[in-house]
Amino acid sequence: MTDHITIQHTARQQAEEDFHRLQHKRKWIIGVLALLCLTAFCFDIALGPSSLAIKDVLIGLFNSSAVDDGTKVIIWQIRMPYAIMAVLVGMALSLAGAEMQTILNNPLASPFTLGVSASATLGAALAIIAGISIPGVPDNWIISVNAFLFAFASVLLLQAVSKWLHAGVGILVLFGIALVFTFNALVALLHYIATPEALQQVIFWSMGSLARSNWDKVQLLTIVLVVVLPFSFSAAWKMTALRLGEDRAAGFGINVQRLRFASLFRISLLAATAVAFVGTIGFIGLVGPHIARMLIGEDHRYWFPASLLTGALIMSLSSIASKMLIPGVLLPIGIVTALAGVPLFIYLIIKKGRRM
Amino acid sequence: MEQLILKNITAGYPGKSNIISGINAGPFKPGVITALVGPNAAGKSTLLRSMAGLLKAQGEMQWNQKNILHLSLREKAALISYMPQYLPQDIELNAIESLISALKASSFDQISVRLPEARKKAFDVLEQMDLVELAMEPLNQLSGGQRQMISLAQAIIREPAILLLDEPTSALDLQHQVAVMQLVKEYAAKGKIVMMVLHDINLATRWSDELLVLHKGKIAAHGKPNEILNASLLASVYNVNAIVETLQSGQIQVHVESLIK
Repeated sequence: MTDHITIQHTARQQAEEDFHRLQHKRKWIIGVLALLCLTAFCFDIALGPSSLAIKDVLIGLFNSSAVDDGTKVIIWQIRMPYAIMAVLVGMALSLAGAEMQTILNNPLASPFTLGVSASATLGAALAIIAGISIPGVPDNWIISVNAFLFAFASVLLLQAVSKWLHAGVGILVLFGIALVFTFNALVALLHYIATPEALQQVIFWSMGSLARSNWDKVQLLTIVLVVVLPFSFSAAWKMTALRLGEDRAAGFGINVQRLRFASLFRISLLAATAVAFVGTIGFIGLVGPHIARMLIGEDHRYWFPASLLTGALIMSLSSIASKMLIPGVLLPIGIVTALAGVPLFIYLIIKKGRRM
Repeated sequence: MEQLILKNITAGYPGKSNIISGINAGPFKPGVITALVGPNAAGKSTLLRSMAGLLKAQGEMQWNQKNILHLSLREKAALISYMPQYLPQDIELNAIESLISALKASSFDQISVRLPEARKKAFDVLEQMDLVELAMEPLNQLSGGQRQMISLAQAIIREPAILLLDEPTSALDLQHQVAVMQLVKEYAAKGKIVMMVLHDINLATRWSDELLVLHKGKIAAHGKPNEILNASLLASVYNVNAIVETLQSGQIQVHVESLIK
């Protein structure tokens, strides 16, 4: 009997130590991810039509008076808004994807797969082709504002479906997919009636590009992230518990309806703002959270920050790739993320299919 | 003394006729395990889910002279725990994390239960259930039986006065059926009310103190197995010819012979 108790005790101690070590390991992983992001960010600034040495980039970042004016302009005025935008968009889309995957209980959910990007494109296309103007909105913001409104509305529509039709999460996912097709068809219709110039502009917009970044947009997206993040993080425990099943979570005292509503609201802000500024950037919201999950598991206290960082890292790397793939040509980043994301998407579907 | 009484409970799904109506039962006393049995669609799970607050219901659920049927989920979570039939399979959490998140789930808990306490309590529960070796196992790699035991741990970690289990042994082999039932019995022995939906009537007579037999949304019988189970009850509820036998141990055994034509 005594022996049994001693064994039990050490087994517990062992498990507690293992758990402690696991928590520690996760903090390290997050640290390493942050470091990788920073490195990729510096390379993103260094690379371009006129390459800079990483050393000059670092000096230029921390002590801009020590580099020549040309370098300073390249770093601070040309490349910095793009590079920061890449990081912020990666964060926003990846966190939105992570939240979506949890509340819809579906690893294939993301702003891209559920119609947020498609509706933003529709909004942008309407602004470009129909030339709508919204009172009080400056002309150079019309496209972004319209894209935002449409993207936001599409998530509100998902919310409405969930609330008023008492639809389960499976229905919501299918509804999101139906949205994608509907909006794509409407965009095609607009293509058909558009003038060649407008058509070119719409197509370029829908490719997704960082070339539309500027400091104002960077600021706005930063504000959105700063406002949303505390709410996301404070919901981390509830979201983790929700993974154990909706009924079970309700049994723990969670108002699942309210949790889902608040999360969809955060998702709509994050995804709509990001997509409005840079256009369709696919698969970040799918792949970012998935990589983070493989690295760190689904304790949302770690998974959310890790998803932010993987999203930022993938976007920075894609931004670098978009400059390097064809020398002298800056590819729209949406093409790069889609090309890299599709194989992963298929892999996920196959893996999910095997489990079902 | 603490006891639970159900008065006139009526519930169903929106837009459809009520599945259970006018259920009066009780008192259910601490330390007593009640099995809800009956044919498919008799309303067993509906009754359980209404009690847990997962389904809107009318009526009264009296606990210490207070109607707790309409409490918010948060308030209910302090008293009642509901264990669904299955734990999802594709979760990337390990057992101990799932237990900690069960404790830290609602905003109320986040203030009242500090993280080190939650962690200690999670390990305590696993230790009491003799499951410490599963603590660090990812949920998606547990066997069906192990998953069900961790699922039970999640349900009892808050030490609810009333534990509701929806088919806790479905899809389990004999060994794990017994293992889960033993844990349920130990929990009831701490002076808790346990109500569980069971399909297997012999499992119900073996492990519960009382049976609540439901038929077409109403109570067909309620009491100790040896007092209420007989051939005519089984014939009217399940539409089968059956023999009810008392074993030497005093346990009741049901042998189903054939369908009633």
